[in-house]
Amino acid sequence: MTQKKTPGKHFDPHKNYRDTMKAIGYVPRAKATQSDYDRIGFKSGLEVHQQLKTKQKLFCRCPAGVYHGDNDYHAEIIRHMRPTLSEMGEYDGTALMEFKTRKEITYRINNKTTCTYEIDDTPPFPINREALEIALEISLLCKLNIVGEVHITRKQYLDGSIPTGFQRTAILGVEGEIQLKNKKVGLIQLSIEEDACREISDIGHKRIYKTDRLGMPLIETVTHPQCLNPDELREAADYIRFLNRSTGKVRTGIGAARQDTNVSCEGGTRVEIKGVSHNKWLPELSHNECFRQWALLHIKKLLLERVPDPQKWEMRHAEVDPYSLSLEHANAIGFAEKGYKVVAIALPEFHGILSHFTQPGKCFTNELSDRLKVIACIERPNITSDEDLNDPLSENDATKLAALLKASPNDAIALIWGPDEDIPTALETIDERCRMAFDGVPRETRRPLPDGTTLFERVLPGADRMYPDTDSAPIPLDEKYIEKLREGLPVDIWTRYQQLAQMQIPEDSHAYILRRNLVPVIEEIVALGFPPRFVGALFGHRLKRIEGKYPMHNDFTYHKLVDLFRFLKDNKIHHSLAKLMLPVIYQHPNMDFNSVLTSINFKRRTADELLAPVDYLVEKFKEIKIAKKDRPENVVNWVMGQLHKQALGNIDPAELYSRIKERIG
Amino acid sequence: MEDIFQGYKGRALEVLKKFNVRVWGKAIIDTSRGEFQGTVLPRAENDDDTHIVLKIATGYNIGIDIFTIKSMKEVGYYKATYKIPEKEFPYTPNLPNVKLLGTGGTIASRLDYRTGAVIPAFSPGELYGAVPELADICNLTTEKLFAVFSENMGPEQYKALAVAIGKEIENGIDGIIIGHGTDTLSHTAAALTFMVQNPPVPIVLVGSQRSSDRPSSDAALNLMHAAYTAGHSDIAEVMVCMFGPTSDEYGFLHRGTRVRKMHSSYRSTFRTIGDTPLATVNLKDGIKPIKETYNHRRKDRKVKVLPYFEEKVSIVYYYPNMQPDIIDSLVDNGYRGIIIAGTGLGHVNKPLYSAIERAKKKGVHMFMTVQTLWGYAHMYVYDTGRDLMAKGIIPAENMLPETAYIKLGWVLGQTDDPEEVKRLMLTPINDEITLREPYNGYLIYQGGVPEVEEFIRKFRK
Repeated sequence: MTQKKTPGKHFDPHKNYRDTMKAIGYVPRAKATQSDYDRIGFKSGLEVHQQLKTKQKLFCRCPAGVYHGDNDYHAEIIRHMRPTLSEMGEYDGTALMEFKTRKEITYRINNKTTCTYEIDDTPPFPINREALEIALEISLLCKLNIVGEVHITRKQYLDGSIPTGFQRTAILGVEGEIQLKNKKVGLIQLSIEEDACREISDIGHKRIYKTDRLGMPLIETVTHPQCLNPDELREAADYIRFLNRSTGKVRTGIGAARQDTNVSCEGGTRVEIKGVSHNKWLPELSHNECFRQWALLHIKKLLLERVPDPQKWEMRHAEVDPYSLSLEHANAIGFAEKGYKVVAIALPEFHGILSHFTQPGKCFTNELSDRLKVIACIERPNITSDEDLNDPLSENDATKLAALLKASPNDAIALIWGPDEDIPTALETIDERCRMAFDGVPRETRRPLPDGTTLFERVLPGADRMYPDTDSAPIPLDEKYIEKLREGLPVDIWTRYQQLAQMQIPEDSHAYILRRNLVPVIEEIVALGFPPRFVGALFGHRLKRIEGKYPMHNDFTYHKLVDLFRFLKDNKIHHSLAKLMLPVIYQHPNMDFNSVLTSINFKRRTADELLAPVDYLVEKFKEIKIAKKDRPENVVNWVMGQLHKQALGNIDPAELYSRIKERIG
Repeated sequence: MEDIFQGYKGRALEVLKKFNVRVWGKAIIDTSRGEFQGTVLPRAENDDDTHIVLKIATGYNIGIDIFTIKSMKEVGYYKATYKIPEKEFPYTPNLPNVKLLGTGGTIASRLDYRTGAVIPAFSPGELYGAVPELADICNLTTEKLFAVFSENMGPEQYKALAVAIGKEIENGIDGIIIGHGTDTLSHTAAALTFMVQNPPVPIVLVGSQRSSDRPSSDAALNLMHAAYTAGHSDIAEVMVCMFGPTSDEYGFLHRGTRVRKMHSSYRSTFRTIGDTPLATVNLKDGIKPIKETYNHRRKDRKVKVLPYFEEKVSIVYYYPNMQPDIIDSLVDNGYRGIIIAGTGLGHVNKPLYSAIERAKKKGVHMFMTVQTLWGYAHMYVYDTGRDLMAKGIIPAENMLPETAYIKLGWVLGQTDDPEEVKRLMLTPINDEITLREPYNGYLIYQGGVPEVEEFIRKFRK
């Protein structure tokens, strides 16, 4: 050890990032197989949030589903949150973390959507029975054991997203299941709860919310962590979504359904990714989270090799003046100019850890940086080091700081900055997170990003944050009431899948049909005597494409199609014409069906009339044909193409085809 | 012996006994609705006897219908000890010494399983555990005088409080806080204003509108504001310290005789009526007086404690078509004083005249206040007022009805002489009657009016 290695010298953080990514055996999701997931012990479950379609909010009489802009408010109210004890006598970890952040929370209130209840200036009114009933129906569909008495519970949230500091929520059922293609996934519970505020901004110590969504009825369906690969997770999420929608009593649209997913790897910890608004994002997010944990376990192994007794590990720090030290790092100098404190930190034996791979494009430094932002309220950039992937300390800077901190070559050197009063929390935060690295994976909730990676959001709350709502009385659910609800339930989603298969409706349209709860509509049309396969494809293919192309008229409902088919039947028009009529009806649902026919230039023709020009067309085809091989199908297909449009509604296209074929011989 | 079936009664109790499962026992329950697992919790006493409360693994509580239970088995036991972490309240030499006298209420509290209600936490150690900031404000000691809800406060408690305050002042305390439920906080504040006169230190009554078992409670901030006022304020009067706006911004200090609870649940429920509050308080800016004159803090210990109260006093809230038997029954039941809250400038209907005359003859002392709350009783304006005065009703100027009730009880506790009663009633002790009403003393914002909307939008509520 005579030859002293200067930190930073000959060390390429990017190479280290790539090497460590390889060392843990990271594979991108496109290339990952079940054996990869088995190797790292992928396990995940879901918490699916679904807003219910009620007129009013859950615990007050404000309208539900009315939203307003960020600056459209009548009053502002400011609150701070303090942790309280749970009824089991414990303080909750998240609660203490949020208290540490000392946030000032402002609520923007609009009188149209918010009363004194939302802002915790009046106790709750009795629970919205309409919402309770919808939630119970869904609980029954999930085959849950329904409780005998509903107890409103307070679930503590100190981030300010709910002005009371807790969410009123209640369990309706426990231990149910859903049937996926290849397995059953167990459900832990289903609860009814009030939705939270929408965040407007969160900068430094100030966070602003609006209260329009606050208090809207929501259910949360929680699965056991039984999904063993990202695709199963997606399938389970879709299943629950379709199930919720099959009642026709839940909200749809942006933000009406949101998923949290719990992910862990073998030896890892349950980490919750919160607020995933699209199911299609779940696979990538869960994949990356599982590998992030796998990487953190690798970091743990490396650290324990270097520091067998983590109790003795100690971080060192010193406040620095970037000017007198003539530091080169632009951020450090810029922030010092703003009056921020700049602090150098030595993390013993962390050399090579800060740039250790954690997620695609991210390394262990991000774990620190995210927490500095959330816990110490220091906006990013808030940290750099000689291992930073984007804006590292120069070798000169690193050498100076290493000397200042008497760091050894195996130590990592970092620099942080921030407002004076936030520095103590910042140092505590870094110390705490580094110590956690010796234990592996911290329990936390994470925020999803569009690129499939996640950010630290807060410490994962435990059961310690629950306590009974002393403002509400328990609500008994007697047998008669439950039985009555059971009688009116819609068909099970698993049964729906089987029905769709039986009706030979193309599989690629199943998701579309179930997401919109269209089976009952299809059944109605089929009952009129139309072929299921055609009707299914009309929805799952044709309508799907139309939806992507044209804006939907406000008055359009899927039920319009029942009227359409009834019209076709009554007028003895072949159902194939529905394909042409649909785009018109979609955009002009109030148009009379006869006018629709006019607008698409439909003319009634007999089969003979349709087939009359065949000979002429055959001649024409000979003139324009380009294919060298003159196969008989070519001419038939071409003629069919010419006649197809006018034939729609007049004759079954298959019949037309065979008659053309006959004629041409 | 410990109650192992806390709160359970009737049929639910029978079920627990039958299957030998205790409260706090971990149970597996097989029911016709499936299996449930969790810890059996105590049941609120007023709830029915057909459900058992269970805390399940995820922390939620649920109820099990006993008629669905096929079998139950206790497989473990864990009793929760709910305790606010108690830490010794640190003593800081340069900080003022403040005494907190407890009467009940929810300034700091914990849950009670039997009633589902909250129970106050009180020792300095508990308070320090819950609101550590207090140690930066003062050196706090506490004494629990009673543990009653606000509505159960009455003359006995007023007198005991007055005596206790006198003793604390004598012992050299720098300020006094009284923790109190909010419902009758202003009644107690009025009583103490009359019973503890000329105090050399602040006497601050404080409560909370949202129980302190919730993160957004106003309790902690109210307590900090009250502690700051008691320890550092120059205003040596009986005051009520509660939220100014509903936001966590600042508290108002209200005079004990002019304050009233004006909303059943708002945090900013207390308002000074017919005048402005004394001052605002917050930890950043300290005390900012609004009133120019007030009684200043003194070094001496000269306080006058007058713990008297006649309980046979009543308030009659007049309503149209009130019948004379209302007054008659009070007189027949031996009531010696009646405060009338009359309509408008201080009126009641003619049918009451005979009853009023009869009461007067029996020596009942009657004073007129107004149910409009704002404004004075002006009984010369209409004939009715003159008639009533002729029959012996004395207008009590702009005294609030509740304050007048407390004051009459206090006065009648000392004398029965009509002239002396009148003199004492109409001689203000601390602004229960004011000579003038300032123009900013009456401010009720009418929502919806553009300028009000603009104001509300601009300032935090």
